[in-house]
Amino acid sequence: MTTPAIDVRGLRKSYGDKVVLDGVDLSVRAGTVTALLGPNGAGKTTTVHILSTLLRPDGGTASVNGSDVVRDPDGARASIGLTGQFSAVDGLLTGEENLLLMARLRHLGAKRAKIRTAELLEQFELTDAARKPLATYSGGMKRRLDLAMTLVSTPSVIFLDEPTTGLDPRSRHTMWDIVRGLVADGTTVLLTTQQLEEADELAHRIAVLDGGRIVAEGTPDELKRLVPGGHIRVRFGNAPALDAAARLLDGSDADEAGLTLTVPSDGGVGALRTVLDRLDAAHLEVDDLSIHTPDLDDVFFALTGKKERSSRIDTKGTES
Amino acid sequence: MTTLTAEHPAATPSSRQSHVLADAVTMLRRNLLHIVRYPGLTIFVIGGPVVFLLLFVFVLGGTLGAGLPGVDPAAGREAYLAYVMPGILAVTIAGTGGGAATTVSMDMTEGITARFRTMAISRAAVLAGHVLGNTLQAILAVVIVLGVGLLVGFRPSAGPGEWLAAFGIVALISFAVSWISVALGMNAKSVETASNLPTLLVLLPFLGSGFVPTGSMPQWMQWFAEYQPFTPVVETLRGLLLGTPLGWSPALAIGWSVVITVVGYAWSLAIYERKSIR
Repeated sequence: MTTPAIDVRGLRKSYGDKVVLDGVDLSVRAGTVTALLGPNGAGKTTTVHILSTLLRPDGGTASVNGSDVVRDPDGARASIGLTGQFSAVDGLLTGEENLLLMARLRHLGAKRAKIRTAELLEQFELTDAARKPLATYSGGMKRRLDLAMTLVSTPSVIFLDEPTTGLDPRSRHTMWDIVRGLVADGTTVLLTTQQLEEADELAHRIAVLDGGRIVAEGTPDELKRLVPGGHIRVRFGNAPALDAAARLLDGSDADEAGLTLTVPSDGGVGALRTVLDRLDAAHLEVDDLSIHTPDLDDVFFALTGKKERSSRIDTKGTES
Repeated sequence: MTTLTAEHPAATPSSRQSHVLADAVTMLRRNLLHIVRYPGLTIFVIGGPVVFLLLFVFVLGGTLGAGLPGVDPAAGREAYLAYVMPGILAVTIAGTGGGAATTVSMDMTEGITARFRTMAISRAAVLAGHVLGNTLQAILAVVIVLGVGLLVGFRPSAGPGEWLAAFGIVALISFAVSWISVALGMNAKSVETASNLPTLLVLLPFLGSGFVPTGSMPQWMQWFAEYQPFTPVVETLRGLLLGTPLGWSPALAIGWSVVITVVGYAWSLAIYERKSIR
């Protein structure tokens, strides 16, 4: 077994009476993306700040590439890069100067600094704006520059703290492509996000953080399996048909007012065919049918103890 | 499991040491670039003392000069220009502290400082960049203000050796003021507070021998005026540029500079560790 790129054990941090991290355990394999998913105040940023040597933990250990972040911070710093929620760029310099500043601080040498800067400007589509002051940059451009600055020395572990918060959909997708590219090159990424879609898109593994603890951890598919709730919903034209169907299908749940019947299902085609065959055999006509598979939203709401799904505004369509 | 292909050799302690200087130079370049990009602060830092100089010489100078011991009242203005010039230079240096505190405070609220902390850069180098940048700015300001003084008739009697010594004292006290201002700026809760704090520094030369002889002050203030840091600086500059007796002033000026530098350095380093996270 190789040592994990990120290894966190029993991490604790409190501010006065407020416990932010209450024993976090996390292990990230080299070359993979792990998403730290959780609501506001769950402790995501605190975890990232401890891992990037900005904060001292009160208890537990955290190491990056085998370097303990408390006992050997400079060792950890040599292999990490952080792009935070707030842009860490120098607003009085141009994009190119920002990158050159990073290159000098990473001691790349004048020639390599120039080459690397040009490469990154090209890769992040900032060449045209390279010599312009940052005041003229859009939010997406600033975020790209921010990440480019993190990548000057090709760190092997990158922390992305809500990298797409506040970006428009196009910039968000650009950012996702960049992250995928990094991972393809072997970089380890720890990403925090509140967006389930983002975790689903990018992460090999997801750790759900709530109230300072990891409440679930696994691949996106494993997490979806943790949460029951896959079902077929069938709507009928009248009450007698609904009653007949309810008697016919075991474990189903009838909603008289909506004339709908909810049948538990694993979401597979076989289960669907069985249901339809039975209804057909009984000559019960179906008005409407939808399949609901559990998604990360279900996982999130089930695990983080916030059940008011109906209060969400941006319902992602999983019912078809 | 895959192993990492990228090699990231941990820096050895000695190579880290050698990077302190390189990093300090990098940070200094950054701060000098800021001065060029954001000249408003520099103009303010230089313009203020020039206005003071003209005000004190042409508005108040005739009367104040006539009151100086052993001065012919008719030649009061010229006498006062000579007397006040070292005080104005002290105000100039003290005034750059406000700029340094503002710049540092602005920097601390930007994510870039957090980024520096996640990198293997010496903390001292980040701060030294600010301090050296501000020291250079202070020296530039002193040269310009002195130039205006010469234009309006200041005639120092200093030879090359005295000029060099005066330059040394200016550099030393500028360095000290920069360190304490960096600490003040870092300690401030907001940029607004940071820009106000060093105003106190600008007051100091007034509460000393910069503008009037301390002998004309009430007893209790005389005590403060004689022992506060700017009085020996002003007296040293006056002695070097105009040939007045130096006495213990140079030693006291150097001593104060060292003390202020050490306190500012230790304080700012401690705050940097604690506070550079937003």
